[in-house]
Amino acid sequence: MSIAAEASNFSFPHRHLLGIEGLSPAEITGLLDLSEEATKLSRQIDKKRDDLRGRTLINLFFEASTRTQSSFELAGKRLGADVMNMSVSNSSVQKGETLIDTAVTLNAMRPNLLVVRHHAAGAVQLLSQKVDCSVINAGDGSHEHPTQALLDALTIRRHKGHIEGLVVAICGDILHSRVARSNILLLNALGARVRVVAPSTLLASGIERLGVEVYTSMWEGLVDADIVMMLRLQRERMASSLVPGQREYFHFFGLDYEKLARAKPDALVMHPGPMNRGVEIDSNVADDPQSVVREQVEMGVAVRMAVLQALARHLPNQ
Amino acid sequence: MTAMNAPTTNQRSTARPIALVNARLIDPASGLDQLGGLLIVEDRIADLGRHIAAGSLRDAEVVDCGGRVLAPGIIDMMVSAGEPGLEHRETLATASRAAAAGGVTTIVCMPNTEPVIDDVALVDFILRRARDTALVNVHPMAAMTKGLLGQEMTEIGLLRDAGAIAFGNGKTSVANARVMRNVLAYAKDFGALIVHHLEDPSLGQDGVMNEGEVATRLGLRGVPTAAETIMLERDIRLVELTGGRYHAAQISCRTSLDIIRTAKLMGLPVTCGVSINHLTLNENDIGPYRTFFKMKPPLRSEDDRRAMVEGVASGDIDVIVSAHDPRGAEGKRRPFAEAADGAVGLETLLGAALRLYHNGEVELPRLLRALTANPARLLKLNSGRLAKGAPADLVLIELDTPWIIEPERLCSKSKNTPFDGARLEGRAVLTLVAGRPVYNYAD
Repeated sequence: MSIAAEASNFSFPHRHLLGIEGLSPAEITGLLDLSEEATKLSRQIDKKRDDLRGRTLINLFFEASTRTQSSFELAGKRLGADVMNMSVSNSSVQKGETLIDTAVTLNAMRPNLLVVRHHAAGAVQLLSQKVDCSVINAGDGSHEHPTQALLDALTIRRHKGHIEGLVVAICGDILHSRVARSNILLLNALGARVRVVAPSTLLASGIERLGVEVYTSMWEGLVDADIVMMLRLQRERMASSLVPGQREYFHFFGLDYEKLARAKPDALVMHPGPMNRGVEIDSNVADDPQSVVREQVEMGVAVRMAVLQALARHLPNQ
Repeated sequence: MTAMNAPTTNQRSTARPIALVNARLIDPASGLDQLGGLLIVEDRIADLGRHIAAGSLRDAEVVDCGGRVLAPGIIDMMVSAGEPGLEHRETLATASRAAAAGGVTTIVCMPNTEPVIDDVALVDFILRRARDTALVNVHPMAAMTKGLLGQEMTEIGLLRDAGAIAFGNGKTSVANARVMRNVLAYAKDFGALIVHHLEDPSLGQDGVMNEGEVATRLGLRGVPTAAETIMLERDIRLVELTGGRYHAAQISCRTSLDIIRTAKLMGLPVTCGVSINHLTLNENDIGPYRTFFKMKPPLRSEDDRRAMVEGVASGDIDVIVSAHDPRGAEGKRRPFAEAADGAVGLETLLGAALRLYHNGEVELPRLLRALTANPARLLKLNSGRLAKGAPADLVLIELDTPWIIEPERLCSKSKNTPFDGARLEGRAVLTLVAGRPVYNYAD
């Protein structure tokens, strides 16, 4: 039996998953429901299904990744697909032509599913136009990371029972974050109140037009939040003069107990990983019972299984 | 004169209230200009007005001001005080004595020291040194980029919390527009004031004085006014983009004044200062290569100087600074092109500024506002005004006293004054900081 069959009345009429943009609230909810089933499966001793038996899944990562790549690999294997990992080093970069050449080459190998991460926004969409298989965006530049937003939503829903009406504060490097963009789209679609909290130098221009409340102070932005979602601050941001340094960043924007106390007592602490302890998050807060960081990783596998499942129904060459 | 004798410091905590009576009270913040008295209790202004008069206050020590002007003490936003690292030129102690003698009760010291004030520990150092050695209030301005190199911004939040009152880049401009944008955007979140020196480094590179006929006759390389106006225009576009609070440290030419006016009409959070030198001197004063007139920005044309005066009179120029920059013989006794920039100015600031009043160019309250209330507003200080509860930082001004500048009598450790031998009219005769006399001309 397919796990998709267990989620009744769910229709997912898309060939690719390129972003949260374009998904209806019903489709998002359907994917989350399907992910719940996948969670159960992943907690069994026998985790193997044959939904994707005979299908080929290629992980094509132009940017280094540990958890996203391995969870797609596991998700594919648990559903019975043949999984191949291709890491393309950043040094052999990668103009538009090169990317398309790569796509054409891979297409000739006749995969069924292609999971792509690329450092350039829009690259995954470009690639999807050149291949015959389904393409899943595993992160394109600062644009979208749809499966991360889905796993975050699943984690929230499992703890809070719902998404609608929750106050979610997304904190940190909003400017460069694809996680933030996908989460803003998804959480807004499901009726959450989304805030972004960052120094002005890390806020994207016009972000308020995406339907978020903008704060430049953690002490204000976290007030009565149900969810505190921290983003990773890359060290390059300091060299590029967006923030002065680690000490100052942690003092004003790092999540410690003092700032967390402004949120609701039962607020969840989330982080897409990998964490910079002592930069954007206090080490003890990261390990606190309020933190659901490890659960996010577990939900990552489930959500990716659900996405593969949903897309598999419309695979070409059926 | 009849001013009081300065009590010694250990009397302060038990000091009697002081009543300064028979004074012309001028408070530029409120527009007050009337005869009356002012009562000091401890370190604050307790009361002021016509009703404060001799005989009305039994237990107070009464000082008859003889109708002289009593105004808030001057707040000087640009002082190089030598510490740390340049103590051979000036120290906080000598700078503060010079300040007191000039009626200046608060100084903002510049970050271009050795090492540069770009770290919390150095802000703390300045505040502790000032507490221990300075007669007047001292507020450090911190660097806005690390090492003043214009590349990485400093810890603006932590520096502000440590006591940095504003952020500047010394006598250099941040050439990189992206860095300047980030600094303005980041500083905005902390309500921090960015004070920027204006000189495009590539245009100003070889210049040693104002570009034009005088420089050509002297055979000196010039700095065009465009070096200033290009940087100012750029900064204003970045303020428009970021909303950061921006203060042009000093402008020196007519075009800059026009740019500032336009920015203010647009409602941007933009203000500017001018140095006393650029209000009272011009490029012709350089004469035979006199290095004491070498400044940064350079002294400009007479038309530019007149524009600066007009800007103060109209209020478009917010602040007058001394641009006090002590330099020894090792910096000044050199060929003009190789000599150091800068002039001392703390002790001559008020007397030189009063030239504008005596010439009928600027009304006295307007002049004093640019020296007191306006800098206080920009720096968010409680001083700079005559008001109940405000700190008793005061200056008693004798408007008509003629005096001649004798460099060897200056309190400043360095004597590089462009007013050497100048005849000034009017000066501070009594200066009080937190209710305590720190300078008395009669002594």
